[in-house]
Amino acid sequence: MAEMKLIGGYPEYMRKSIKKVEETRMKRKDYTPPAFTPEEQKEVLQLHPDFAPGGKRKLSIGPNKGDVGPIEVLDLLEAYPLIEEKDVNLSNIDFSTEILIIGGGLAGTTAAIWANESGVKTKDILLTNKLRHGDANSIMAEGGTQAADRPNDSLFRHYLDTIGGGHYANKPDVLNALVNDAPFIIQWLLKLGAIIDREENGDFVEKWGGGTSVRRLHSCRDYTGLEEFRVIRDEFRNREIPCIEHYPTVELLTNGKGRVTGAVLWNIETGEYKIVKSKATILATGGFGRLHIRGFPTTNHYGATCDGVVLAYHVGAKLRDIDTVQYHPTGAAYPIQIVGYLLTEKLRSSGAQPVNKDGEAFVFPLEPRDVEASSFIKECYVKEKGITTPTGLRGIWLDTPLIEIKNGDGYIDKAFPGMRRMYNRFDIDIRKDPVLVFPTLHYQNGGVETDPWGKTSVEGLWVAGEVSGGVHGKNRLMGNSTLDTMVFGRRAGISTAEYVKNNNTTLKLTLEHTKKYIKQLKDAGIKTDRRAPILLPDYRGKAVLARMIDVFQ
Amino acid sequence: MNKKMNIMDRIADSAKSVTTGVDAKDIEHWVTIYVMGRAYEVPADLTILTAMEFAGYKFVRGVGCRQGFCGACSTIYRKKGDYKLQTGMACQTRVEDGMYLVQIPFVPAEKAIYDISKESYDVNAILKHYPEIARCVSCNTCTKACPQDLEVMDYVQAALKGDFKKAAEESFDCIQCGLCAARCPSELVQYHIAQLARRMYGRYEFPEPDYLKKRVKEIDMGKFNKEMEKIMKASKKELVKLYAERERESD
Ligand SMILES: Cc1cc2nc3c(=O)[nH]c(=O)nc-3n(C[C@H](O)[C@H](O)[C@H](O)COP(=O)(O)OP(=O)(O)OC[C@H]3O[C@@H](n4cnc5c(N)ncnc54)[C@H](O)[C@@H]3O)c2cc1C
Ligand code: SF4
Ligand code: SF4
Ligand code: FES
Repeated sequence: MAEMKLIGGYPEYMRKSIKKVEETRMKRKDYTPPAFTPEEQKEVLQLHPDFAPGGKRKLSIGPNKGDVGPIEVLDLLEAYPLIEEKDVNLSNIDFSTEILIIGGGLAGTTAAIWANESGVKTKDILLTNKLRHGDANSIMAEGGTQAADRPNDSLFRHYLDTIGGGHYANKPDVLNALVNDAPFIIQWLLKLGAIIDREENGDFVEKWGGGTSVRRLHSCRDYTGLEEFRVIRDEFRNREIPCIEHYPTVELLTNGKGRVTGAVLWNIETGEYKIVKSKATILATGGFGRLHIRGFPTTNHYGATCDGVVLAYHVGAKLRDIDTVQYHPTGAAYPIQIVGYLLTEKLRSSGAQPVNKDGEAFVFPLEPRDVEASSFIKECYVKEKGITTPTGLRGIWLDTPLIEIKNGDGYIDKAFPGMRRMYNRFDIDIRKDPVLVFPTLHYQNGGVETDPWGKTSVEGLWVAGEVSGGVHGKNRLMGNSTLDTMVFGRRAGISTAEYVKNNNTTLKLTLEHTKKYIKQLKDAGIKTDRRAPILLPDYRGKAVLARMIDVFQ
Repeated sequence: MNKKMNIMDRIADSAKSVTTGVDAKDIEHWVTIYVMGRAYEVPADLTILTAMEFAGYKFVRGVGCRQGFCGACSTIYRKKGDYKLQTGMACQTRVEDGMYLVQIPFVPAEKAIYDISKESYDVNAILKHYPEIARCVSCNTCTKACPQDLEVMDYVQAALKGDFKKAAEESFDCIQCGLCAARCPSELVQYHIAQLARRMYGRYEFPEPDYLKKRVKEIDMGKFNKEMEKIMKASKKELVKLYAERERESD
């Protein structure tokens, strides 16, 4: 059979629906559906993957025993560690460092710089990464970073917007730290030489984000994370802080009495392990999109597999808010090559409207993410007003041509070059045609609990960035997580620097905690061959896997 | 698809080729690609990255974001019967029949070490750290190699002239994949040069807006402490009320 004929990237039958979108476009230009009332929000949220029946169970071991969470996450917490004491020789230490940082996204890299800035010598810091330094969610952030700097904005407003969006579950002291440090972080980025979008008069271009009451979003075209990360990594490299790549941490080490004292790294190419001894350890491993919770596609990078939460739980750290998962309303649903990829919220804040197959605008474009995503699921699976792709996915239109109608010709090329480029590769011109979208798994709302300095409930262990929990409550607002990584990366760097200065006890390295963990698993009657952390997802073809043998073992 | 399944299961079912890997039995159109010379039959709809996974490769290098941002999956390829050597990102390039390909997951390139706060904002900063920039022979190979379709040669020339604005703007979408440097006959490291140019431009061209300076100072002086302590202690009920009464800035 011949391949399906495409016109401007879309098959004929999808073109028919696009026609309807075109017909209603000018009418919709000045019309925005009203925002939901709190009751309406509550109702539509029943369709959210977090609340729809199934998908969850109760955790049966550890400090959070009894808490409810996604099955995919609990499967990893209720799994056996990758290594035990008999597998490794802990008396042979490869790296002895003051501060070990695990994960080099924005959070880990910022932590390294600020530990150095706070007086720790570069040689006493070690940044380790699973893949390359930069294969991270950080580099993919598109939309922007929040900071309440404009005169009509305030820390109070930023706090209120965030806690309302987080369903009032946010931890007040860490949230206060987030909003408090935000303007300083923007200032720091400028000093490092980051190029943030400006108006003619030199003011920042500040955009709406879903759930904000003020325009507060600072962006760098639609490459915000790329620009922030590139600059911070360049600064990190200029300081010549030691960094090793392709060395995931497979287990933390403790002194046997509850203090973290290092980690076991694993060369992902050769299989050799390395032992690190450290006075303070910062986990900055990011999120868990690659677990494909509830079977959703994801926006996350390849290594987003929840490792940090698993490692922290092994040593007894307390978690929080792991029951909620953020699905971004606008993931690409077509073409198949880019399914799940993010289409930034900034498209909607710049005028793109969600529209159903009949060309009707059906929802306020900037509801909080969980509400907006639920309304798309409703439109597709309850009202049956979605468009089905050739591969059977459903989606609704995001009417991107409205952006230029509202902001003038040339606006898309200037503000969304990344998006243009991505669709161009599949012959779709987003200036002329809408794009098909459906919710995609985006962000780990909860994680390891901390104090305002990134300190966990376990001595010697800090966390920063997406791996942490508390600051975003049960739902993160756009632009608050790149901010979170830099605020708490910096704070963790400063706090660990302080800690190591006054800490000279001899450190014992053990895997006692894995013994205890295994005992808990056995006591809870968990019989499984699951092991965690998983480090990477597996997308290999099933036919190949069925015929795979290993002759070197 | 089973109509009786609940909504979540229907969604998961429709996305399974993306979340668990492609199943050969769902595929109609196939092409042959040659990974480092060896032939594999792969679904025509896949990218180089997902096609290689389909063929059995589990990546531990040469992949990162999977979405065209991180520059980890640089690939060079040639199509059967074509003399042209092409470049692309494995996660962003669709497979084509008769593609011979290899990944370049790492480019050995020297990055200069500098302190951005101590550089002079003129062309000397570039010349001092990357003197080889003067060796550019304007062959335009870098531009042709760039998977982001950037005018690489132009930004190099701009940097050489000390035109930071142009160098920064033209190179802004660079994902630092290294393909330009791997191809350059004069052995320049275009993307590191661009990084220096952008940081110079960002730092020295744009003064901090006054309102930002003012806000940071207010925070330092503790101007908002009282207000923040109060809201940190607010009950959920109070917060719900405050949230509902928020005034939205007009568009
Ligand atoms: C497509 C996309 C768009 C986004 N847009 C925005 C936005 O506009 N605004 C916003 O504020 N936020 C946005 N976010 C969210 C934000 O980018 C991330 O939450 C944030 O950058 C996470 O930073 P991090 O440093 O905590 O983790 P990451 O940047 O993910 O870095 C974690 C690093 O740790 C490594 N690692 C993981 N496990 C191990 C291990 N076992 N051993 C060693 N290393 C390990 C990973 O490989 C990775 O390099 C977006 C996210 C995505 C995916
Ligand atoms: S490839 Fe090298 S020599 Fe040729 S134009 Fe580019 S920078 Fe100059
Ligand atoms: S300029 Fe060079 S490093 Fe940057 S994206 Fe293009 S080819 Fe890659
Ligand atoms: S994997 Fe990041 S650009 Fe392809």
